[in-house]
Amino acid sequence: MAVVDRPQSALPAAADTPRPFWRSLLTLRGGAGVRRTARVPWIPIVIISVIVVMAVFAPLLAPHSPIDQTLRDKMLPPAWMDGGKAKYLLGTDHFGRDILSRLIHGARVSLLVALLALTAGGGVGLLIGIVSGYVGGKVDAVLMRLVDAAFTFPAILFALLLAVTMGQGLGTLVIAISLLLWASFARVIRGEVLALRQRDFVALAKVRGCSTLRIMLTHILPNVLNTFMVLVTLNIGVVIIAEASLSFLGAGIPPPTPTWGLMISEGRGRIAEAWWVALIPGIAITLLVLSVNLFGDWLRDRLDPRLRQL
Amino acid sequence: MSSSAQTILDVRDLHTHFFLRRGVVKAVDGVSFTLRKGEVLGLVGESGCGKSLTALSVMRLLPKGAARTVQGEIVLDGENILKRTPAQMREIRGRKISMVLQDPQTSLNPVFSIGDQLREALLRRGPAKLKEIMKQAVAALRRVDIAAPEQRIGQYPHQMSGGMKQRVVGAIAISGEPEVLIADEPTTALDVTIQLQYLKLLKRLQRENGMAILFITHDFGVVARMCDRVAVMYAGRIVECGPVKQIFEAPSHPYTRALIASVPKMSGTRGRLTAIDGQPPSLMDLPVGCRFASRCAHVEQRCLEAYPGTTQIGADHTADCWKIGSI
Repeated sequence: MAVVDRPQSALPAAADTPRPFWRSLLTLRGGAGVRRTARVPWIPIVIISVIVVMAVFAPLLAPHSPIDQTLRDKMLPPAWMDGGKAKYLLGTDHFGRDILSRLIHGARVSLLVALLALTAGGGVGLLIGIVSGYVGGKVDAVLMRLVDAAFTFPAILFALLLAVTMGQGLGTLVIAISLLLWASFARVIRGEVLALRQRDFVALAKVRGCSTLRIMLTHILPNVLNTFMVLVTLNIGVVIIAEASLSFLGAGIPPPTPTWGLMISEGRGRIAEAWWVALIPGIAITLLVLSVNLFGDWLRDRLDPRLRQL
Repeated sequence: MSSSAQTILDVRDLHTHFFLRRGVVKAVDGVSFTLRKGEVLGLVGESGCGKSLTALSVMRLLPKGAARTVQGEIVLDGENILKRTPAQMREIRGRKISMVLQDPQTSLNPVFSIGDQLREALLRRGPAKLKEIMKQAVAALRRVDIAAPEQRIGQYPHQMSGGMKQRVVGAIAISGEPEVLIADEPTTALDVTIQLQYLKLLKRLQRENGMAILFITHDFGVVARMCDRVAVMYAGRIVECGPVKQIFEAPSHPYTRALIASVPKMSGTRGRLTAIDGQPPSLMDLPVGCRFASRCAHVEQRCLEAYPGTTQIGADHTADCWKIGSI
């Protein structure tokens, strides 16, 4: 292949000027081109992009309304099967709603929930991790006991409780998933901060007269952002599964708004007659979570400072 | 104030202890020394004798929770900084007193360019325009002999060598024009040729700025090159203090003698190096008498019974030993 023939020192000037962050994500080889990094996971990237585009442009892309029922056309199999109609590419459910359209609109909800929950839960975890790790002492002890408590609490039960008390909806779902996420973020970030705190540059920042807040914000925070990014990508899968589980259990977004979890839940009872109703959103979840995890793994390797230093 | 006109840093009877579950570790136990304006005072001693902890006590940057200064005074430019609040200490650090540490690899924040890190230090001098600050940063790098500072300023720590990083650390440390610089083994992690370069640089900066340096090391060769006076530390106390020349030519304390005798010589007969037998006493269970007694060749009864007071030997030369003049 042509890649093999490319001279190893293709970038003589690149060593002097730091390349922008996004460039290092795109290039196949890092640094001066000597070290080979893992292959860029193009297939997962394409799958993630397709799903993101689907979510963003859902109303433009969906061939039908995701909510309107056409009872005449209920439980039609996908178009390529006997009895399928070309009009409904992936078939219809028991209310005659187009599964493809519901899938496209459902991506919207799943990704929105992931975005909000990761921002809220991850952000809180990041903050608590930094404060706990850096300030230490009693503050650390109290915060870490809170984290322990959060881990012992069954998240699904808590989400159901929230759904009962606050009512179903996007807000409830995001709060429930954030409560599930923050503790693991806080614990990992704290560990990282404990190591960073010992580094001499923190001591020298104090020598320079930096305040505690300034050290946390300008010296500790940027150093844990890599870890944070990786945690976010690795947790997207967790969030989507959690959203699906909660919707499946009836504690998520109320019907008829389509979400992937809800679609599986609705198709479950009729899986013998119309397997596609449950299986197609199931495949979508599997593909997205798998892609995101593969991407996250690669990102972790790519951003690992031990590999990057060389 | 007349007597302290020459003295910039006066440490009196400093006690810094670690409070552990197993007991109290008296890592610094009665250290007194003075640092005069514009001089370089060497602080030498073996590992674990309390050199670095003395420095951290003076900076008031002791490890949180574990160590505490329980007694003594640290008078910096006429004021006892042990009485200052943390907010006041932040004002003092960087401007009056600054520090360089041993390992250049971890002394700089890996995610910022060195220009940004210099800027953080320079901004403390007062608000200024970004262009002005950048100019000052370039000048600061040039001062520490960094070639092509305009290009270097945008680089990250991992793009520089250890010696270069240590020079940048030096530039940051002196950017606030401190009166006292504590250098805690700044050349230990550098290779020998770079060491010499760095020492020359420190010496030049010290002369230009007129700042005083407390130079912590365990290398007598470095002491001879850098220092005006030297204080020898053993098991949490300074046992001898005097001008470098006198300490090298006529060491008075048996420990100082043993230490100097154990330094390999370039000339003369080759043979086994002299070692000091035994181990320093446990800092958790210090003897009542002289701390060096168990390893001393000249030990007698009174050495074990009470700690010797400080004896004045020369005008500027003191030692803590019972047998000054008789050995």
